[in-house]
Amino acid sequence: MKYIDEFRDNKIARSISRAIFKEAVGLPHINLMEVCGTHTMSIGRFGIKDMLPENISLISGPGCPVCVTPKAYIDKAVALSRLHGTIVVTFGDMMKVPGSYSSLEKEKSKGGLVNLVYSALDAVDIAEKNSDKKIIFLGIGFETTSPTVATSVIYAKKKRLKNFFIYAGHKLIIPAMKALVEDIEVNIHGFLCPAHVSTIIGTMPYNLIAKRYGRPCVIAGFEPLDILQGILMLIEQIRSKKSKVGNQYKRVVKKYGNKKALELIKEVFSPKDSEWRGIGILPQSGLALNKRYNMFDAEASFRLPGIKTRPDTGCICGSVLKGIKTPVDCKLFSKRCTPQTPVGSCMVSSEGTCAAYYKYRMKT
Amino acid sequence: MCLGIPMKILKIENDRAIVTAGQIRRSIAINMLDRVNLGDYVIVHAGFAIEKIDPKKAEETLRMLEEIQ
Repeated sequence: MKYIDEFRDNKIARSISRAIFKEAVGLPHINLMEVCGTHTMSIGRFGIKDMLPENISLISGPGCPVCVTPKAYIDKAVALSRLHGTIVVTFGDMMKVPGSYSSLEKEKSKGGLVNLVYSALDAVDIAEKNSDKKIIFLGIGFETTSPTVATSVIYAKKKRLKNFFIYAGHKLIIPAMKALVEDIEVNIHGFLCPAHVSTIIGTMPYNLIAKRYGRPCVIAGFEPLDILQGILMLIEQIRSKKSKVGNQYKRVVKKYGNKKALELIKEVFSPKDSEWRGIGILPQSGLALNKRYNMFDAEASFRLPGIKTRPDTGCICGSVLKGIKTPVDCKLFSKRCTPQTPVGSCMVSSEGTCAAYYKYRMKT
Repeated sequence: MCLGIPMKILKIENDRAIVTAGQIRRSIAINMLDRVNLGDYVIVHAGFAIEKIDPKKAEETLRMLEEIQ
């Protein structure tokens, strides 16, 4: 397929790999974090780690929206699905995520009304066709997804729907990267930045990380040649002791991002403090619905009894999401915790670090 | 979750378009883009075109990749 096949050329991949080996000679050990789960999957699938010298490590980051959605959110979503007359609508990845006592998949199997959709606009359609039911859409995802959910809210308003609600759990990527570089336990020398979050936010916001915190950033596409070139660009910066924002994915990502998408986000949402699973509350790292869209806010519209969220036991998802540990450091990994019986959310999402390690048998 | 597939625009109707890639054909929202034309390639994520692919920039990147030694 066009714009995919040509970025998977084996011969070119080998020559970029050779260039990376040359560039890395004599450098100390370097940890590069791929922030986004889609990069993690691609790195596993195409065996990118095997094409790098020993002194270059790729560490997976917190950029998997399902993985960082806190347990309390799942518990509330489960509770919402049990309310009389509601249908919870969600992207597929959320179904299996274990909450404290149940998951949406378990609720569905017990007859709970939980629907899967591909697009937020499908949720608006469901609301139109089921005027006797209240439709609660689980708004999760980073900046790539939040403008699509913002659009669904605007469409619902235009259609004067009174039965469409968003349970907003959106996250923002830059505050998470900032928290990582401020964490003394985290040892990252450069960031491979997400392709499609950057499509929306542009290259500018990463200046904070590259300039103020001195960590080189390179935005890269998701195909193997994109990732390899992104790594090469990062090592070139590190070798020449530079720290700036590089853009490997110029065919899609612009300096100021997608202005229309950013306007959609701003119209519907505002930043708020938000909890990340395993990491804790990060300031201004999530999105809440603006007051003028209050009637679409599930949290403002449904009263739920207090739910006691049970902490994770034994699961080290938090350290994995911060890049301090790898899945193989976890005693549950591939024993009690597998994609069929996930304990932590990093094993549930197809883009979770643990799921990627399990599927592609990654060792480090 | 942030996966996006490059797809080609076949038909445009107001703020929606029919796109294709390989054997797949889909109806998607194009409200996030300023102008799209038939034959343009866009990145499709969760039923929305989130950006156009710039064919010249794609060529430039490929040329650079081929030159890496």
